[in-house]
Amino acid sequence: MKRARVLVLLNLVVAATLSAQSDPTREENRSVVVASKPFGESYLLCEMFAQLLESRGLAVERRPGLGATEIAFGALRTGAIDAYPEYTGTGLIAILHDSLPDSVMADPRAVFGHVAKRFAEQFQVRWLPPLGFQNTYAIAVTRATAGKYHLRTLSDLARESSHLTAGFTADFIGRSDGLVGLSRVYGLRPRAVRPLAPAVKYQALASGAVDVIDGYSTDGLLARYDLVTLVDDRHFFPPYEAAALVTERLQSQMPAAVATLTLLSGRLDEITMRRLNRRVEVDREDVRVVAADELKVLGLVGGAQAVRAAAGQRSGVAGFARYLWDRRVNLAWLTLRHLLLVGLALLAAVIVAVPLGLFLERTRRLAEPTIGVLGVLQTIPSIALLAFMIPLLGVGVTPALVALWLYALYPIARGTYTGVRDADPDAVSAAEALGTTPVQRLLWVRLPLAAPVIMAGVRTAAVITVGAATLAAFIGAGGLGEPIVAGLALADTRMILSGALPAAALALAVDGVLALVERMVAPAHRRHRDSVQERPTG
Amino acid sequence: MPPPLAARNVLHRFGSVIALDDVSIDVPAGRSVALVGESGSGKTTLLRCFNRLVEPQSGEIIVGDKDVRTQPAVLLRRGIGYVQQHGGLLPHWRVLRNVALVPMLQEMPDPTEAALHALELVGLPPSSFAHRFPHELSGGQRQRVALARSIAAQPGVILLDEPFGALDAISRADLQESFDAMRRDLMATTLLVTHDLAEAGRLADEVIVMRAGRVEQKGTMRALITAPATEYVARLIERARAGLEALSL
Repeated sequence: MKRARVLVLLNLVVAATLSAQSDPTREENRSVVVASKPFGESYLLCEMFAQLLESRGLAVERRPGLGATEIAFGALRTGAIDAYPEYTGTGLIAILHDSLPDSVMADPRAVFGHVAKRFAEQFQVRWLPPLGFQNTYAIAVTRATAGKYHLRTLSDLARESSHLTAGFTADFIGRSDGLVGLSRVYGLRPRAVRPLAPAVKYQALASGAVDVIDGYSTDGLLARYDLVTLVDDRHFFPPYEAAALVTERLQSQMPAAVATLTLLSGRLDEITMRRLNRRVEVDREDVRVVAADELKVLGLVGGAQAVRAAAGQRSGVAGFARYLWDRRVNLAWLTLRHLLLVGLALLAAVIVAVPLGLFLERTRRLAEPTIGVLGVLQTIPSIALLAFMIPLLGVGVTPALVALWLYALYPIARGTYTGVRDADPDAVSAAEALGTTPVQRLLWVRLPLAAPVIMAGVRTAAVITVGAATLAAFIGAGGLGEPIVAGLALADTRMILSGALPAAALALAVDGVLALVERMVAPAHRRHRDSVQERPTG
Repeated sequence: MPPPLAARNVLHRFGSVIALDDVSIDVPAGRSVALVGESGSGKTTLLRCFNRLVEPQSGEIIVGDKDVRTQPAVLLRRGIGYVQQHGGLLPHWRVLRNVALVPMLQEMPDPTEAALHALELVGLPPSSFAHRFPHELSGGQRQRVALARSIAAQPGVILLDEPFGALDAISRADLQESFDAMRRDLMATTLLVTHDLAEAGRLADEVIVMRAGRVEQKGTMRALITAPATEYVARLIERARAGLEALSL
C-alpha cells in the first residue's frame, strides 16, 4: 500500500516538473521560450530578444547556452523553444546540408531568401528579417605568426598549414562549413587539431598553445588580442547574416511576439555588434545590462526598464565571495533544481536497477551481458548521451532525466547483483534447508546482507549523477550547469566557478548524506559491531 | 513415534559424474545412522535428498511412510532439523531470533518460548546468550546455536552434515556429548554425515560406509571392525586406529 502511494506521488512530481517545462499546445498567454547557443553573441541576442518581449508585456522563459547548432535547432524543431538567433550560412550548410552556386553565395540576400524558403517548407521554421550584421568565421592568427609565415589569405595558411597547430571549436571541426570544407577547398592540413571550448581559444592562441583559431568576425576579442584575420580568397564561407529563428507555431499562437522580435531587424550593424560583444567578452559587463543599454539606445525600450548594474569588478577571494553572495537566491534555485534532477533520476534508477539486479541474480546467464551493456552506456560521454536524447525527447528536463537515469543504472544494478549473489552463502543455504521460501530468503537474508553493497552502488551513482547533471544545462535542463555553460560561453571564470563550486559541494554533501543512509541500512550485526568497543570472543 | 527414513535405488548424477549409484539405505524410527566416507563419496548428496535440497534423478526417498515428493519442499524442510558444517546462522539476527526461525515458520504459538527451551537444551543459558549476535560467539557456541535452531521446533528427523567438522578437538568432544544426550531425549530419527569414524562410532547406532556413490558396507561399528566387508573398509578402520595409536605413544 505504502509503496503504491509513493509511486503515485512520484508520478505527480514528474508530471508537475514536466508540465512546468513547456507545454506545446495549450495556453494563449504562455511564456515565449527564447534560447541561444553557447557563445557570447548568442547570449546577448537572446537577452535582447527576451527584454524586448518583456517590455511589450509578454512573459519570457530564457534558455540560453543550448549545446550547439544541432541541439539548439533540434530544440526549436521539436517545439521545446520558440526562438533563437541563428546565422544564414550555418542554416544553409550545417542544417540544410545544402550548397549554392558561387554567384548566389556571393549575394547575402539571395542566400537568405533560399534558406528562409527551405526552412519554412522543410521544418515549419521561419527566419525573421536579418538583424543587420554578418558574423562570419574569422580564421585568425597572431601578428607574429602572420609575419613569420607571410600569411594574409587562407590560401597562404593552407600552404603553411603542416607547420601549424589549429585550435578549433568542436562545432567548427565537425561542420562542412568548417574544417571539413576548408580542407577540401583550400587543402588545409594542420599539423594537429585541438578541439577547444570557445571560452579558451583566444587565450590558447595568445599563449602560443595553438597557432590558428576559428574566431567570429564580430568577436570582441579579435581586436583585444591584435589578431590577423585571414582573407577568404576563394570565397569558401557563405554569408552569415544573423537573424531570429522562430517557429511557425509561435507565429500562429502569438503573432504579437513575432512582430515584436521583428522590431530588431536591420537595427544592429557590425560595428555595433563588435562593440557590444566587446563589452560582454572583454569588459565583463553583465549581458543583461548590455542588452538593456542597447535596446534603450535603439529606442525600443523605455528608460524605466533599466537593469541594475552588476556588482563592481573587485577581484580576489573577497570579490568572488561578494559575487556569490549577490547571486545567492539564483544559486539556491539552481541548486534546488539540480537536486531535483539528481533526486528524480536516482530514484527512478533505484526503482529499476534494484529489481533488475535481483532478476539478474536469478538468471545468471543474462547477468554479465546485461550489466555489460549498462557499463557501455557509462562510457558514452555525458554530452554525447545528452545530444542523443534530443531527437527522441527534445530539450529540457525530460531528456536530461533520461540520460542521468541511464548513467545511474550501472552502479546500482551491479551493486545489487553482486551484493545479493555474494551474500553469506552459508546463511542463505541454511535458511533454505530450514524451509524458508525464496521470497523470505530474499527479504530476510539476502537483501539485508547485500544492503551495504547496494548502497555503495547508489552512492557512486549519486556522485556521478551530480556531476553529469551539470552538463544537462547544455540541453536546457537548468541546474548548476547553467552558470558553468554560460561562463564557458562568455569566458567568465567567476561565473563558471559559481556553478562548479556549489556542484562539487553538492556532490560531497550527497555522498555524506548517503553514507548516513548506508549506516542506517547496514545489517544489524554490523551496526552493533560498530557501536560496541569489545572484540568478539573466540 | 518419530518417522523412519529410507532411500530406495536412488540414482543421481551431476553432469557426467555419478554421485549416487543405486543407493538404498534405511534409518529405523528413532535411531541414529552415520554416513561415512571420503569427500566425493556421495554421502552429503544422499543426506540432502532427504530434505529435497537434492532431487535425485531416479529412485525413492521416503520420510515416514511417504515419498518426499508428495509434499512441498518448503513444508517438508520445516519438519526436518538441519545442521551444516559452518552453522549458517543469519549473521544479522541475534541468537534468539536465529533459533526461533523454524518455530516461527511453523507458526507455533510461542516461537520465543520454543527457542529459549532449545537454548537451554544445548547448554547455552539464554540470559547470557539470547541477545548476542553470532559474531560475538566462539565457533563451538555458534554450532550449539545451530543445533538449537535445528531442534527448536522439535522435529522428528534431524539431518547433520559434518556438524562438528570445523571445531577444535575439545569443543567437538563436548558438543558430541551434549548432542548425543539431546538426541536420546528428543527421540528423533538422526542421519549424520561425517568423515570421522570415531565420531560415527560415538553418535550412531549404525554406520554406513560410502565410496564413489555406492554403499560399501552397513552395520554396527562393532560389525565393521570385526568383519570389514571390503578392503576399503578395512583400510578406513586401520587408518582411524593408526591415528589413535599415534596419540597413545
